[in-house]
Amino acid sequence: MKVDLQQVEEAAKELYIRALKLLPPDVKQGFDRLAQSESDAGAKRMLGTMVRNIKVAEDTDNLLCQDTGIPIYNVTIGRGVEVDGVALKEAIRKGCARSTREYSFRSSIVHPTTRHNAQDSTGRGVPVIHVDFSEAPETLEIEMLPKGSGSENNSWLKMAIPAEGVDAIKTFVVDCVLEAGGKTCPPTIVGVGVGGTADLCMHLAKIAATRPLGSRCEDPEGAALETALTGAVNALGVGPQGLGGDSTAFAVHVETAATHITMNPVAVNMQCHSARRARATFTPAGMQYGY
Amino acid sequence: MAHHDFTMPMSEAQVRALRVDDTVTLNGTLYGIRDATQIHLFDRGRRTRFDLAGHAVIHTAPNVRKVAKSAAHPVGYAPLCIGTTTSDRMERFTRPLMQQCGVRLVIGKGGLREASQAAFDELGGAYLAIIGGTAALETTWVEAIEDVDLDELNPESLWKFRVRGFGPLLVAMDSHGGSLYSRVRDAARARRAAVLKRLGVG
Repeated sequence: MKVDLQQVEEAAKELYIRALKLLPPDVKQGFDRLAQSESDAGAKRMLGTMVRNIKVAEDTDNLLCQDTGIPIYNVTIGRGVEVDGVALKEAIRKGCARSTREYSFRSSIVHPTTRHNAQDSTGRGVPVIHVDFSEAPETLEIEMLPKGSGSENNSWLKMAIPAEGVDAIKTFVVDCVLEAGGKTCPPTIVGVGVGGTADLCMHLAKIAATRPLGSRCEDPEGAALETALTGAVNALGVGPQGLGGDSTAFAVHVETAATHITMNPVAVNMQCHSARRARATFTPAGMQYGY
Repeated sequence: MAHHDFTMPMSEAQVRALRVDDTVTLNGTLYGIRDATQIHLFDRGRRTRFDLAGHAVIHTAPNVRKVAKSAAHPVGYAPLCIGTTTSDRMERFTRPLMQQCGVRLVIGKGGLREASQAAFDELGGAYLAIIGGTAALETTWVEAIEDVDLDELNPESLWKFRVRGFGPLLVAMDSHGGSLYSRVRDAARARRAAVLKRLGVG
């Protein structure tokens, strides 16, 4: 399959606005689940307002949240896909900038020291573009994540040591949720990276935070941690917006990687309740949007 | 748990009457500020031509569309999506906002800390919590962008919105030392040991 780069640019443009307006079905179901089990009346009302906002955004064709986030595009290239990688990244970058200008939404991206805003959601190294490969025959997938800053500002890495064991991982996650309080716009998806190098650990945490609700870690050790930690953080009583209640997190997601004999790294990255993402899948049959 | 309807500006006595768990709905003028706005006002000596005395500010940086100037859009900006950002980053600006500009109410999400609490208590102010991430709904409460100052900081300009039925917002910090955030945070920290024990830590 030969990739049409003009189509990629259009998809990169549409994916950004779609992600900003339409919340994935698994996140909507996540709200229903939390609302059913929430015991605090105020927290229940807040969850109700969040659900109402999703409906208002759909009815008024508006953005869910004012934060247009840091644009992240995750590209997965299957087998038998023919594409010029440099041109692919350029097409995504152009689509991202056009989306911002043509739909007139806020460019949230500035240079880190001058704070200059180019007003098109791009800058040095942004949009963030990750490229990976899969077994899927003749398939190119682009996932778009407008990652909100309220949750992104609550990211942590701890280079724990082997003698601290799994206890260090569990304690760190609980303490990060306490430290975040209401700043991350709970209920959140708490993404936890375990193992790897410092950079891989942090990247795993981001993958975990942005995975669909209901998905599980492929490593059974990670999956067991997910179950234990989800129950634990929701017993803290932080609640929606940090104002108390049972619904602190939709879930804790964990991703693992092997690490060095001397290392025991753990990272946390969070996703807010506006857990936005959009996906385009290119196959020889054409292009389809999804989540 | 009383409900209050305010048309801005408001007096110190009106703010002092607010207690945590009360709710507030605002009408009239609402000013929008953010990190860069306050860095320029309080660290870099910039001035605004707006009189914020007795007013409410919201921690925001809106999505706006440039349009032709008209009665509906006096400065050529139409509101597209107006929401709220995390307040905690702007903690150190609460006191100067109140002392130098006379601001009475701060609207935001996630709460503020001890220095802001002290400023609310001493000077007569309160923090109203909005539900973060519900900007589509919030936008329906904004009638117009009436004016804008320091617009070279766009989107972190100093915005003057006209709002109607803006709320209900929750009084989460009052001028009597009351803070829902510290109440929830203290209770959560008290549960830490039991939660870690449940995880088999120790």
